[in-house]
Amino acid sequence: MPKSGDRFSEKHALGLDPKNHAPTKISAMDVETTFKVQDLLARYIQALDHDRLEDWPDFFTDSCRYLVTTADNLAQGMPIGMIYATSRAMLRDRVRSLRDANVYEAQRYRHMIAPPVIERGEGGIVRAQTSFMVVRIMHTGETMMFVTGRYDDRILLDDADTPRFVEKTVVLDSRQIDTLLAIPI
Amino acid sequence: MTVAVRQWPAEGVARVPYWVYSDRDLFADEQARVFRGPTWNFLCLEAELPKPNTYRTSAVGAMPVVVTRDNDGKLSAFENRCAHRGSLLCINERGEARDIVCVYHNWSYDLAGNLTAVAFRKGMGGKGGMPADARPDENPPRKLRVETLCGLVFGTLDSNTPPLEAYLGPEIVKGIRRVMRAPVRVLGGYSQMLASNWKLYMENVKDSYHASLLHTFFTTFRLNRLTQKGGLVISETGGNHISYSFAADTGGKEYEKAGMRAAQEGFGLEAPEVLAHVDEYGDGIGLQILSVFPTFVLQQTRNSLAVRRLVTHGLEKTELVWTIFGFTDDDEAMTERRMRQANLIGPAGYISMEDGAAPGFVQRAVNSASDVLSVVEMGGRGITSDDTRVTEAAVRGFWTFYRAQMGF
Repeated sequence: MPKSGDRFSEKHALGLDPKNHAPTKISAMDVETTFKVQDLLARYIQALDHDRLEDWPDFFTDSCRYLVTTADNLAQGMPIGMIYATSRAMLRDRVRSLRDANVYEAQRYRHMIAPPVIERGEGGIVRAQTSFMVVRIMHTGETMMFVTGRYDDRILLDDADTPRFVEKTVVLDSRQIDTLLAIPI
Repeated sequence: MTVAVRQWPAEGVARVPYWVYSDRDLFADEQARVFRGPTWNFLCLEAELPKPNTYRTSAVGAMPVVVTRDNDGKLSAFENRCAHRGSLLCINERGEARDIVCVYHNWSYDLAGNLTAVAFRKGMGGKGGMPADARPDENPPRKLRVETLCGLVFGTLDSNTPPLEAYLGPEIVKGIRRVMRAPVRVLGGYSQMLASNWKLYMENVKDSYHASLLHTFFTTFRLNRLTQKGGLVISETGGNHISYSFAADTGGKEYEKAGMRAAQEGFGLEAPEVLAHVDEYGDGIGLQILSVFPTFVLQQTRNSLAVRRLVTHGLEKTELVWTIFGFTDDDEAMTERRMRQANLIGPAGYISMEDGAAPGFVQRAVNSASDVLSVVEMGGRGITSDDTRVTEAAVRGFWTFYRAQMGF
């Protein structure tokens, strides 16, 4: 984990050095990593979009960190966002609350993601930054652009195990949410 | 809508006619009588203007407003509208500035909202410019009277508005002083766009009766104690209120036990630490929702603290703006606690999620029922304080003060 002082800074939230966004040579190892990351992301958004919320926590490690916040909050160094979890158990609690406790109209999402920009880290950790758009489809048929933003992910790519998110920061471009945010992003 | 239809029902505030949420003319009248009338509107936290020569934008009802802190630290607020052609003066949410310069034609203002310079007023090379007898500040941005209380900045446009503390009433002042116990540190913000009239959200805030019925998070996870003591305080005017309850536990351990026991039954939270809190006020009160007419909310949900204000974009379009805060003396553990408990509030909040939707449910149903009345008789027909929350007295208080402003 980064030092607590900088854990919410824009620099860390980006997780990537901007100069690495420039075109670069790709090795065979990078190709494999890229495919693994893309596959994880594709399965992640599919679980959310297909209402398999019970599978959602399994995309994370036990002691994961999941934060939904806004670009503005991060830019100002402010730590609080809309959803915050520090374990897979907290994610499971959220799913159970959405299923059994919270009252909201039936709705679905359709996530669209751009190819991730990936940077290898240490200890099998890969950093990936991925742009997304989420369209929300209400039970009435009303369909709207709900949120856009980026995932700033730290992913554990361990050959012995399934790739999982160690840390996922969902950085929303806008601070404004239509009515409510029930299903995770 | 004819004036005749605007007769308030004979039953008084125990009835609310549905036309109050769907009448376009009424929405326009409210802007003048409520928001620009003799009321105090919450603008921002002082902590949002931490340095001299800074500004931030806010709103009073639908009117855009600029709040400034000048070089001497003095706060001012004025309409965000140029005296010239009516453009917004500040187009950013916040910034640093020694003067405010309109982006359109470069007319300049000081941080109190006084016009100080008109670009090319005398023209160029003897041509153009304004006539010698022109009065460019004939229609200046309207200035607000500003008062602060414990770091909360309020503004009013009406010279008849009583001083802030008199407007709030002594119980409400006490409730504000209680929560705002130290210098503030802003921890985050966001907003929700609600498809409903602004009054439906404020009724929801003042409706202490719905809390345990609509919000089933606590009951589903068996975290609620039916014996929780609490009550309702209503200001003498009816317009402001406090709803409070004592925390069911003492320091989090009982919740863990409850979580474990309930978990065996397949219910409790797997990770009850999301609610782990400390009694930072030392009075055992775990929840205090405070509102000030027309659209201010101060919320303490355990260690989760926030101010909320409404921007009335339209008859059925209301923006709920949240600013989440802690105090400058918070240690890292307290900040972490506030972060976790923030899961209870906001658009994704375990508790607050439903409050974004419920006003819309009413709006959609009553748009075609403008001549029908809603019944508001829980806890009787009065607006007095009570030691129960199974009452709609604060909702009736809202309507009492609202009617006084609107003249019906």
